[in-house]
Amino acid sequence: MEAKRVTLFAGHYGSGKTNIAVNFALHLAGQGKQVTLADMDIVNPYYRAKDSTADMEKAGVKMIASPYANSNVDVPALPQEMYAVTEDKSRYAVLDVGGDDRGALALGRYAPAIKEENNYHMIYVFNASRPLSRTAEAALEIMGEIETAGGIPFTAIVNNTNLGRDTTWETVTASLQEAEKLSQISGLPLLFTSVNESVLPITERENEQYFPLKLQKTIW
Amino acid sequence: MADKILMKGNEALAEAAIMAGCRHYFGYPITPQTEVAAYMAKRMPKIGGVFLQAESEIAAINMVIGAAAAGKRAMTSSSSPGISLKSEGISYMAGCDLPALIVNVQRGGPGLGGIQPSQSDYFQATCGGGHGDFHLLVLAPSSVQEMADLVAKGFDLAEKYRMPCMLLADGTMGQMMEPVSLEEAKVEAHDKSWALTGTKNERRPNIINSLALQPNELEQWNEERFKRYEIVKENEQMAESYLMDDAEYCVVAFGIAARVSQNAVDAARAKGIKVGMIRPITLWPFPEKVLKAAAEKCKAFLSVELNMGQMIKDVKLAIDCKKPVDLCYRTGGMIPSPEEVLSAIEKMQKEGK
Repeated sequence: MEAKRVTLFAGHYGSGKTNIAVNFALHLAGQGKQVTLADMDIVNPYYRAKDSTADMEKAGVKMIASPYANSNVDVPALPQEMYAVTEDKSRYAVLDVGGDDRGALALGRYAPAIKEENNYHMIYVFNASRPLSRTAEAALEIMGEIETAGGIPFTAIVNNTNLGRDTTWETVTASLQEAEKLSQISGLPLLFTSVNESVLPITERENEQYFPLKLQKTIW
Repeated sequence: MADKILMKGNEALAEAAIMAGCRHYFGYPITPQTEVAAYMAKRMPKIGGVFLQAESEIAAINMVIGAAAAGKRAMTSSSSPGISLKSEGISYMAGCDLPALIVNVQRGGPGLGGIQPSQSDYFQATCGGGHGDFHLLVLAPSSVQEMADLVAKGFDLAEKYRMPCMLLADGTMGQMMEPVSLEEAKVEAHDKSWALTGTKNERRPNIINSLALQPNELEQWNEERFKRYEIVKENEQMAESYLMDDAEYCVVAFGIAARVSQNAVDAARAKGIKVGMIRPITLWPFPEKVLKAAAEKCKAFLSVELNMGQMIKDVKLAIDCKKPVDLCYRTGGMIPSPEEVLSAIEKMQKEGK
């Protein structure tokens, strides 16, 4: 797929937005693009894009995150540097938006500029293993809430169905039908299905339908 | 076996409470447990339950007292500073012999402390958690699956012994996402003839109260309550043993510390050190029996904790100080790495020879 200048990942919290955003930023950087990854999460206290700062720096990706993220300062603040996402049009930007409508609220501040430039993909991350968004209908409802809060309509969907360390190829393939259904009822294209690289069969490595997630943060 | 889904620890325990028949949740937001309240706010109205965000932690625990007194399965959740605010109510519940589930997703302290994970409320939880002579049942999960499983267990034990039960988790347990399989818990029917359900002019009124008018009466209540605690200590100790069969050294750790330690134990085994781990699942009653048995054959113990060393005292007491007990810890929201624990194991082995 042709990357837009701004790619936003939003969705139900826990759907895997951060993981995709981090890997997508690496993917763009791998194509020789100048990339900025913006941690726009104002909800999660920990387990966030900023955790991957070292990996991003190694790959030449610029990270913008709240100086308070991962600290003890429990405030939903974003740095002024975040404006670079819309102001500096020489770089590609990948935005990791916070979960649900609450998390997407902060997006509203940047929405007018993003829409005016009109070179973006607003992507809904679907994960059929998450209890409150297992079906296409439930996901569509959440999409509506996020659009209202964030001020940017979705333009595409990615399927990131996974069960963490228990993810198998069957977990992924079993979700394809529901993801297609979400694409149908929302009228938006399904860009790809993201899969942990270790789960993706060798025979599917060249299949553009699948986006391999190479970087995985592990916890004990 | 139910379908596996991907859940945050906080969500898993909330859904598990609903599946265990809890329809009364009273809470107040605080990081890192806010997802419990958020999840309950979404789910409870859909199933005819009560979600109520109180004006404070103190109000929330008093609502739990009311619901529990009416014989309902009630629950509240908070994180460290919020639990301190609830401690008056928790003491009242113990004094009234009321069952309920109180969840503490711990963060660093003392004071406002921080929002990163911690286990520094161990003393507070296991020594009572409020004024007066009493204990709480204290359960310590170490995975998202266990966050869910121990909720039903907690309600069951609380009602069986008419005691408040605390699920003592920490920020990592609350925030991490793991696959879980949630199954409809068997809800044991415990006698609730003591509950305030209205006499309908068919019985004498029940009274639920923690005030004794005479000191000898209060003494009697406390004596009787502690006889019940002895039964709990005898019957309800829970711990998981890992590679303990041939162990010469024993790591003791609960919750997230146990997960880190298990990696360290594996690494030490690969280096030829015969080390195992005991993971307390009930922190009160503390699993003394399994530790006493381990003291018969192990040369030394290592307590791994996310605090300045609190559980280590219970470890020493459990083994009557028969063997040396080392401490490996981080505090303030920091987590020891498997390498740090491995170094502590190697140090214990050198000194234990």
